[in-house]
Amino acid sequence: MAMVNCLIDGIKVEVAEGTSILNAAKLANVKVPTLCYHPDLTPWAACGICVVKMAGSPKMIRACATPAEEGRNYITQDAELTKTRTTVLEMILADHPDDCLTCGRSGNCELQTIASDFGIREQPFEKNAPRMPKDESTTSIVLNPEKCIKCGRCAIVCQDLQGVYALEFIGRGEHTQLKPAADVLLEDSPCIKCGQCSAHCPVGAIYEKDETKQAIRALANPDLHVVVQMAPAVRVAIGEAFGVEPGTILTGQIYAAMRRLGFDKVFDTNFAADLTIMEEGTEFIHRFTEAKDQLPLITSCCPAWVDYMEKYANDLIPNFSTCKSPMQMEGAMIKTYYAEKMGIDPKTIYSVAIMPCTAKKFEIGSCSDMSSAIGEAQDTDLVLTTRELARMIKQAGIDFVNLPEEEVDPLLGTYAGAATIFGVTGGVMEAALRTAVTVMTGEKLPKVEFEATRGMDGVKTAKLNVKGTEVNIAIAHGMVNIETVLNEVREAKKNGTKTPYDFIEVMACRGGCIGGGGQPTGATDEVRAKRTAGIYNDDEKSVIRCSHDNPDVQAAYKDFLGEPNSHKAHELLHREYIKRPVYNK
Amino acid sequence: MADEKLLPMSEGLVAFITEWKKKPGNLIMVLHKVQEEYGYIAGEVAIEVSRMLEVPLAKIYGVATFYHLFTLKKPGKNKIAVCMGTACYLKGAQDLLDELDTILSCKAGEKTADDMFSVAGVRCIGCCGLAPVMTINGKVFGNVKREQLPDLLAPFQNAK
Repeated sequence: MAMVNCLIDGIKVEVAEGTSILNAAKLANVKVPTLCYHPDLTPWAACGICVVKMAGSPKMIRACATPAEEGRNYITQDAELTKTRTTVLEMILADHPDDCLTCGRSGNCELQTIASDFGIREQPFEKNAPRMPKDESTTSIVLNPEKCIKCGRCAIVCQDLQGVYALEFIGRGEHTQLKPAADVLLEDSPCIKCGQCSAHCPVGAIYEKDETKQAIRALANPDLHVVVQMAPAVRVAIGEAFGVEPGTILTGQIYAAMRRLGFDKVFDTNFAADLTIMEEGTEFIHRFTEAKDQLPLITSCCPAWVDYMEKYANDLIPNFSTCKSPMQMEGAMIKTYYAEKMGIDPKTIYSVAIMPCTAKKFEIGSCSDMSSAIGEAQDTDLVLTTRELARMIKQAGIDFVNLPEEEVDPLLGTYAGAATIFGVTGGVMEAALRTAVTVMTGEKLPKVEFEATRGMDGVKTAKLNVKGTEVNIAIAHGMVNIETVLNEVREAKKNGTKTPYDFIEVMACRGGCIGGGGQPTGATDEVRAKRTAGIYNDDEKSVIRCSHDNPDVQAAYKDFLGEPNSHKAHELLHREYIKRPVYNK
Repeated sequence: MADEKLLPMSEGLVAFITEWKKKPGNLIMVLHKVQEEYGYIAGEVAIEVSRMLEVPLAKIYGVATFYHLFTLKKPGKNKIAVCMGTACYLKGAQDLLDELDTILSCKAGEKTADDMFSVAGVRCIGCCGLAPVMTINGKVFGNVKREQLPDLLAPFQNAK
């Protein structure tokens, strides 16, 4: 690789050709201030905070989007640069409301931080922050254009990482707005509610719909039996909201905190992940051995992916697993199996799910199959994101990090290592293979890890040899990566040739649920890697590694469901899909 | 009016889009052609362009709302453009817009209630020597004074 030698404030650095001045400066331990820049996204130089100079030239250049050149001496700070950057900030602040105290991002707002770092004490420019209506049309995400600083991260992540194109720069100059095309609201746009916009927004312009009040109201209602479940990815990320290193496993502390918040029963979505493997594994084996024309089987745990598929890839509905997501399986089991076992009227159960995901808020009411347990009532009543649970814990004054660890409640809480890896890209595939290969070969796996499913490549493919039979798998994460895989499948269907893949796993967010749109803000690949390591640690330290060995899952089949894909299982744990238009007219 | 049929597109437009489909930078060319044909970029036409070019609708709106030459609203029967370039502005272009508003009850960027006129303030049209300049349906009028406006508009008002 060609290398470039340059100086950053006189400090020698050597970087690969093409490296931005911003990243070269990091090697010299120089932090050039930035605002629109995000390491996930290709820089597009919107804000102008990161200007630097070259020795011998009065011109200012943007460090994020300019490659470092051989022999140059870059000056990253002097009085003139500070003045220019301050002016840019003052102009942004002139267009931004001053209601930090009541903003959802207060305390972790990047604009607030940089204004504080720059010691902004006055606003010399006339305030130009008109009142504008919020877009609260979706069940998941709120868009507040008043707070928008037009950095464009939301649109870039929506288009380049997710391939959804719900958001775009509309208009020009001071009239620019980040919003859907054709004057529609988010609900009627192609938005898949993945929430990556909210996870990347530096300020409080686009954020999760906060529903903590509903949870607190339910917890205070003596007539309700309030049950909670938690998704795998929450346990390795929530600590970040309390200053703990990403990837720290805090399962026991979360169970304890939930009890202190007043939840009557603490369950774990991981139980239902094991259940999903029993259902989906059986479904796969059936299609693979008896109904090859229904291959590939495509996973359906990710609600943003389901929404995307129903809009953009509904020609492949027959290939979708009919399995509900683990959250919805757990929800259905809580209001049937658990209620029956405990003799509780399921109508009095209020079922809350803690998810790393904003699309989960949409999923719980997305179709009639989401109300399978008792009449028209939803199986899951409320979804809170990791960020919302963190706020509830702080509000309640719980010393979260120092809480003594507690255990999950029995019946719908125990989980195998296979379940916890649902939280990372490739995890559902690996968990399914652990069970499916065991069943197909009739032998215990000598090694439960399937390394080919792991890693951060956008698309991972592998050929597995299962006792002489070839099984082809593909795994995609980051929604923009799925189209190439789907097009290979479509091509084979059109030509009547053998499907290139037997089993496909899709997760909408980069890295899987650990990088979900409802997780603590500030995720980068570095953070994702640590959260991922936490998930695999949780798997490794599990005594039970395979879903079919989970004793509570075995009991649920014996006492209630019968067998995988039974009639009862189909009623409660499976679903149908509908075609949705990309734009609602 | 509301029932005006915009689709299917004319054969000429379809041929144009098909020809440009594979070329880089095609979106702006196609949007120009659409505007030339319809006078504006209607939502349902934008959706059709999106489908034909395989370009997300968001991108079409991003481009169409960025460039002032494109309009998403159906213009009036007669299109008045007042140049707001530096020379024209200094020579009283704003007065012309104000006077047009007085005569037609129509501000820049809007159209009259009877759909007969639409008024736009536009960027420099390149004949600064004639400032202030305005065009009506593409015909250029130079050195325009506000008193002349009623006479300039008269032929268009009568030609119903």
